[in-house]
Amino acid sequence: MSDDPATGSATFQRVADIIAETADIERDKITPESHAIDDLGIDSLAFLDIAFAVDKAFGIKLPLERWTQEVNEGKVPAEQYFVLKNLCARIDALVAEKAAKV
Amino acid sequence: MRLEYFEMIDAVVRLDRTAGTIEAVAKVPDASPVFEGHFPGHPLVPGVLLTETMAQASGYLILAHLGFERMPFLTGVDKARFRSFVGPGAVLTVTAKLEHDGSGYAVTKAAIRHEGKSICDAELRFRTMPFPEGLDAPMRERARTSGLLHLAGIGDGAPT
Repeated sequence: MSDDPATGSATFQRVADIIAETADIERDKITPESHAIDDLGIDSLAFLDIAFAVDKAFGIKLPLERWTQEVNEGKVPAEQYFVLKNLCARIDALVAEKAAKV
Repeated sequence: MRLEYFEMIDAVVRLDRTAGTIEAVAKVPDASPVFEGHFPGHPLVPGVLLTETMAQASGYLILAHLGFERMPFLTGVDKARFRSFVGPGAVLTVTAKLEHDGSGYAVTKAAIRHEGKSICDAELRFRTMPFPEGLDAPMRERARTSGLLHLAGIGDGAPT
């Protein structure tokens, strides 16, 4: 699968499909550069639904609580977690981490 | 059940923290102001109260799963189906299974049966948060009287 900036990684394709279906957002509007909150207008409740779908699809547990705390405390800019290409990189890392444990 | 007080669960009879399952009993009262309107001369438990009953059983399950460290609040009801009517006096069996323990949220599948017959089922979503001030003690008391604390092996949870 291509990692072309316009189309993104395989992980991005799956995540974008999940967001489109879960949050009822047109698939074409979702790009790797999209900010889930600022650009796509996903609220915290909708993000929980997306997190559930992502957790199930990838067999991981997104550490949303820790991320939210870090952002709220100003330790990490929100873009690190909520711009989709960054979110997908973190998903890939969690998947790799899980695979390494098996 | 005390419908007017939203106290739906009478007793928790089984809890399996490993399997993530719970079973509770809820007896529909013989009389309630709810039945005066729903429906006049034809009393039925409203679907919204059956949903609340499934949510409370699920909530107890999540409370036990999280060791009473966090409080679950209902955020979503998916795939709810109401398959049979329930009237006054019915003794309901309420079950729930933890489908997913997420970060700051949880998902359950819950169901209600009456005399072996399926009444309703749904997938329920909860946000889990630190207890708001003042809610911890009342929830523990409710969990104690329902038998949940005892089954969960938390504290002196013997029901009265």
